[in-house]
Amino acid sequence: MNTTLRIDQLRASVEGKEILKGLSLEVRGGEIHAVMGPNGTGKSTLASTLMGHPKYEVLGGSVTFNGEDLLEMDVDERGRAGLFLAMQYPSEITGVTNSDFMRSAINAGRGEGIEISLLKFIRLMEANMKTLEMNPEFMHRYLNEGFSGGEKKRNEILQMMMLQPKITILDEIDSGLDIDALRIVAQGVNSLRSADRGFLIITHYQRLLDYITPDFVHIMMQGRIVKSGGPELAQRLEAEGYEWVKEELGIENETVGQDEDAFQMPMNTTGPKIR
Amino acid sequence: MNTIMMSVDRNQVLESFRADQEPEWVTVLREQGFRLAEELPLPKLEKTNIERWNLGTFGEIRRPAQRDSLKDAGGATSEWIDSDNALVQRNSGIEFHRLTEELRGQGVIFTGLEQAVRENPELVKPYLMQAVRADENRMTAIHAALWSGGAFLYVPKNVQVAQPLQALFLLDDEEACFMPHVLIVAEENSSVTFVENAVSAVSRKHDQFGIMEVFVKRGAEVHVASVRGLGKQITDMTYRRAHVEADGRIRWVVGEMNAGNAMADTASILQGDGADSDAKVICVGAGEQHMNLTTRAVHIGQFSTSDMVTRAVMREDATAIINGITKIEKGASGTNGQQTEKVLMLSPKARGDANPILLIDEDDVQAGHAASVGQVNPEQIFYLMSRGIARAEAERLIVYGFLAPVISEIPNDRLRDRLQSLAERKLGQA
Repeated sequence: MNTTLRIDQLRASVEGKEILKGLSLEVRGGEIHAVMGPNGTGKSTLASTLMGHPKYEVLGGSVTFNGEDLLEMDVDERGRAGLFLAMQYPSEITGVTNSDFMRSAINAGRGEGIEISLLKFIRLMEANMKTLEMNPEFMHRYLNEGFSGGEKKRNEILQMMMLQPKITILDEIDSGLDIDALRIVAQGVNSLRSADRGFLIITHYQRLLDYITPDFVHIMMQGRIVKSGGPELAQRLEAEGYEWVKEELGIENETVGQDEDAFQMPMNTTGPKIR
Repeated sequence: MNTIMMSVDRNQVLESFRADQEPEWVTVLREQGFRLAEELPLPKLEKTNIERWNLGTFGEIRRPAQRDSLKDAGGATSEWIDSDNALVQRNSGIEFHRLTEELRGQGVIFTGLEQAVRENPELVKPYLMQAVRADENRMTAIHAALWSGGAFLYVPKNVQVAQPLQALFLLDDEEACFMPHVLIVAEENSSVTFVENAVSAVSRKHDQFGIMEVFVKRGAEVHVASVRGLGKQITDMTYRRAHVEADGRIRWVVGEMNAGNAMADTASILQGDGADSDAKVICVGAGEQHMNLTTRAVHIGQFSTSDMVTRAVMREDATAIINGITKIEKGASGTNGQQTEKVLMLSPKARGDANPILLIDEDDVQAGHAASVGQVNPEQIFYLMSRGIARAEAERLIVYGFLAPVISEIPNDRLRDRLQSLAERKLGQA
């Protein structure tokens, strides 16, 4: 059966503020979708809501994953069903080694009695780490503890490669990556491209899309998708920014859930003089 | 006035030890203990009122028959012993002990303490009840009066004992008094590892007042591992105290896995210059258990160093008060004392309290502390679960990760496995 993630009129809130205001999107196996948009438009909320983060509350709409109601599943069930979120800020967990963690995750997907053998696991992990140009010592380091921003991102991609998910959501995987790391991360993603795997790439910038060519590009504003197109849309955003989209659609404030009476810098005042 | 000793027939106790040919000087110590127990108060513990623990159920002296083979001693628990040098105390007396010819030839002594006071008084008398004194409080006084069985470990000058020496303390007689005393003397430049396990299989209330005294002479190194796995009915009150001379080292690994209320006070008195102490304590609390655990380092010698790490996991309605006390005396210049206490609570009703205390009377020193008390971080649970790991397994990984910095440091495989399995049992996952 071909992989399909179908999001229909999804509404979600965090801390009582509605952020997603009726978002619809369908990602199928073999497709790469990029969701782009300025800060504060609800992109990361979409990622966290799909994965089932407890802070995000679904207010309405539906999400089905291969025909099943995703929103009814617990977080671990979503993971085992083949949904993967490469997080923007992965947790650090002291005392749990990277390899113990990944073996637990692989075995959770396989089930009791058919656990991966230790040898096979180590070979798999070593091979994937090599692809990502990671130092083998990261196998035995505590999960994300003391990792740099770039190392954490690579470790997220490593997990993706180990778990081989059906649908991968990359939440700003490119932030804080230098150009080499970006290339390596993209290589990891490309190595996993296949007819039965879909990707949802959330990003501010076009630059990741230089390495991973999307099939569809969506622009997100005010908690929903306001414009969709092909790869050329991303190129235009890179060249011209988002202003033209706002003008075209008559949007003044593209953000969502921000306090309207937020502190504004008073005009025409001077700061204290430093002598 | 004092009800705590009412359950004990003093004359019967003294008679029982006399019948066993106990030397007069030990009987005098016991009589003194009985007398002090009438006068002294219970110890005052930080944030724990032990008056409420209703202490005073000690049972009577009941000695087991001596066994020639380990297989017959200690019941099923003897499987925890894998050393050729071992001692088993069952209830109030020693059931089995053995020491290899090789170590005996080197002058090492490892016997029950009651035997040692008869056979090696010159080695025991200068130390018995000297690190922990009978007149400190009612608990230490009662111990001085009632201790039985026990272990005496003596390592002569320059002797290095490679294999760990093991002791098993087992209570399985409903009526028996269970109060071992451990005395370790490591002479200059010697080294030794002592591992003790305390377990029980009784259904009636027992109060155990235990004392361990360790004397580490100049340049000697002593590793002590103490794993407490006593049952719900036992209140386990233990003082462990090491006196460390110049360039001596003490290493503590303590696993507080008791099921009942517990008080433990583990101290290193760093008397000599360059003396060093390292203490690692892990603790798992469950049910309605109350625990009060103190780790101390007292710096007297110059350039002495100490490090203390405690990790406690509290589930259900358990309460733990964790105290770390670094005391640096005037004149102990160049010393360095560090400590960390962390408590992880797994239920909203669990309580944990970490109290780092630094008492410093000297300027030219380094001292540091870190303490934290918290719940399992929901972000971490989300992260692990998002990879398909079920909630219970995610919690298990986080809890073991929390204990790992202590467990992974334990040098002995058997002990590490045992501690791990006790922790698993207490965490309700075995």
